[in-house]
Amino acid sequence: MNVIIRYFAQVRELRGRDEETVTFPAGTTAASAYAALGLPVALPVAFAVNLERVPGSTELHDGDELVFLPPIGGG
Amino acid sequence: MVELSPHPIDVRAVEAAVAGIDCGALLSFVGTARDHNRGRVVTGLEYEAYAPMALAELGKIRAEIAERWPGVRLGVVHRVGAVALGEPAVVIVVAAAHRAEAYDASRYAIEELKSRVPVWKREHYADGTDWIANRS
Repeated sequence: MNVIIRYFAQVRELRGRDEETVTFPAGTTAASAYAALGLPVALPVAFAVNLERVPGSTELHDGDELVFLPPIGGG
Repeated sequence: MVELSPHPIDVRAVEAAVAGIDCGALLSFVGTARDHNRGRVVTGLEYEAYAPMALAELGKIRAEIAERWPGVRLGVVHRVGAVALGEPAVVIVVAAAHRAEAYDASRYAIEELKSRVPVWKREHYADGTDWIANRS
């Protein structure tokens, strides 16, 4: 399945790009996708799929938009 | 009015968007870029947003306010990109019949924004930059 991943803030800098489409095996979760990309586990990210915050255990589906949310700083 | 803006925010325009003759209280909170943080001298800020989700979350906060304080209206604009010291980074305007609900709704809006809305802040210093997370 193909997942569209958009990157922001520290994660964007670590990954060196704004977005990409990545093919993952069925059963991949938001958290396992983060690990599979080799992003640092020390960074406490939250997860959003299709604009909604979700637990890391959420299974991804073809066409999902996935975003890793590092600690936010708005306001 | 719920917006992300790369340009300086016109506080009066946000007020005009939510004001009305049904309101006896028009309360504006302006969060501005400060020249120091956590013991460091800050020379400038920049904000980055996951825009579609940030706008969706701000819309939810507005709907929650309308449900919790019937008749209360919210306008909110958050800057993205570089923000000079002293400039508004976020403007929250609440229009309400009475001051008590205006203060309550305004506080609710800024606290929820800081905990939920996907916006990131990078502080600039004389010797580098850092991403700064909100304290919970």
